[in-house]
Amino acid sequence: MKILVAVKRVIDYNVQIRVKEDGSGVVTDNVKMSTNPPDDNAIEEAVKIKEAGKAQEIVAITIGEEKAQETVRKALAVGADRGIHVKVDNVIEPLAVSKILKKIVEKENPDLVFMGKQAIDDDCNQTGQMLAALLNWPQATFASKIEVKDNVLEVTREIDEGLETIEVNVPAIVTCDLRLNEPRYASLPNIMKAKKKPIEQINASDLGVDINPRIEQIKVEEPPKRKAGIKVASVEELVQKLKNEAKVI
Amino acid sequence: MSVLLIAEHNNKEVRPFTYNAITAASQINEDLHVLVLGHQADDVAKSLSEVPNVKKVIHVDNEIYENYIAENYTASIIKHAENYSHIVSSANTFGKNLMPRIAALLDTSQVSDIIKVISEDTFLRPIYAGNAFATVKSSDKKKCVTIRPTSFDPADKSGGSAEITKSDPAEASSSTKFLKKEEVKSDRPELGTARIVISGGRGMQNGENFKLISDIADKLNAAIGASRAAVDAGYITNDHQVGQTGKVVVPDLYIAVGISGAIQHLAGMKESKIIVAINKDGEAPIFSVADYGLEADLFEALPQFLSELNKLNTIQK
Repeated sequence: MKILVAVKRVIDYNVQIRVKEDGSGVVTDNVKMSTNPPDDNAIEEAVKIKEAGKAQEIVAITIGEEKAQETVRKALAVGADRGIHVKVDNVIEPLAVSKILKKIVEKENPDLVFMGKQAIDDDCNQTGQMLAALLNWPQATFASKIEVKDNVLEVTREIDEGLETIEVNVPAIVTCDLRLNEPRYASLPNIMKAKKKPIEQINASDLGVDINPRIEQIKVEEPPKRKAGIKVASVEELVQKLKNEAKVI
Repeated sequence: MSVLLIAEHNNKEVRPFTYNAITAASQINEDLHVLVLGHQADDVAKSLSEVPNVKKVIHVDNEIYENYIAENYTASIIKHAENYSHIVSSANTFGKNLMPRIAALLDTSQVSDIIKVISEDTFLRPIYAGNAFATVKSSDKKKCVTIRPTSFDPADKSGGSAEITKSDPAEASSSTKFLKKEEVKSDRPELGTARIVISGGRGMQNGENFKLISDIADKLNAAIGASRAAVDAGYITNDHQVGQTGKVVVPDLYIAVGISGAIQHLAGMKESKIIVAINKDGEAPIFSVADYGLEADLFEALPQFLSELNKLNTIQK
């Protein structure tokens, strides 16, 4: 089996987000960037499946500016065999991302496509489902457990009510939850080896898909701030405040 | 210009967030129709026809809609989409799974998780775990929108009498099969809609200690939440997780116990009306959003909290 894993470069999850004063977006200059956290789970799962002898090749793909390659390089260090970097200059919407991924899937013919369930920058939670629709493949979203059987996957999904298990035929799209696995760290020798693995560069404009934005971002602002609260000295005081001041109990 | 809302239900009852989504959908346009895809879900169709904001209910009854198989749902929704300017659902795991599949087939760039309707094409939505709000305007002819349910009040449930029309099912997908659902049954209020939520984090140390939380939840008729750390550590099941990748809650009272307050957790609860933090680390970031902070060992504070609550003779239900 061949697995394509899509990874996205985002502002690191530990960075305190600052909104630009002109309302045009958030500050990204001199801010630490990393792989979108659940995309790390997607790579990890693909590597585990390969280690179990159920996959032969893992291809990591990213779409973004020049530096987005770092995320592919990291995936290579963790165990992906080769990389693809589709270059775009601007931020593109999940619909455009899924159209690009569709072109790559048609070229690479993977059996499975894995990616994180949501990117922590735009919080859209769309790309996997959109790609599945465009390919007319089954989708298994928010996966917290994947079992690879003969030409089917049994996937446990995290849903509001608890857990749901579905079976999807291969080829399929899986979007990964943070609880799917514990992503490994790349060892230094593997980081060195990854530098020799190939990354194919493709210009999005050569793929012949419409990636123009459909959504205009009119402004980005800070959310309303909460007023500073107080510290109470005892449980007794807390209960009195909740009862008499906040009137919530 | 009509809006089609996809109902979430369990074939017997309407799931509560559908009512919040109805409020938002009718703010986009008053001509709101609801699509019920289900198996023997006549009661659901009837309940929704009684919602005053709903102008029409389309009911498709077939066993292929017994569970939320996105592939099956999508095929039917696409058939109906032609007559509508907006397709809408709630932005919980139901709508998140379903809507992008619809949007892609309609060649529409979806607007996810809106918290405010500014006009029929312009919406407010949180990005970066709620650390920024973006005002976005969709230029697509047909719009696909998911709604953050906790940002809208639930619609009135009775007084209306919308027409119910039956429609034929679309073709079923042969590539996806539902196997099972492990639903956590509880007599407590639902986390997403509870008036009071008490949550535990890594500081709880193990699953047994959540008894301290559930005792208080029983007393306050509260729902139980958890940080991702507590769920990852196996103290409690995933359906309790509050945060960027879990549930977003906006109760009147949110009590965070042994939760440090990572950005990702705050994203799920910081719009709560009153926030209480109980943590022994006085520097924990949770205190920066708390209205009332108690710097204390939770293993001492929680039993005291319960006994103080027991002393009160009136607890609002």
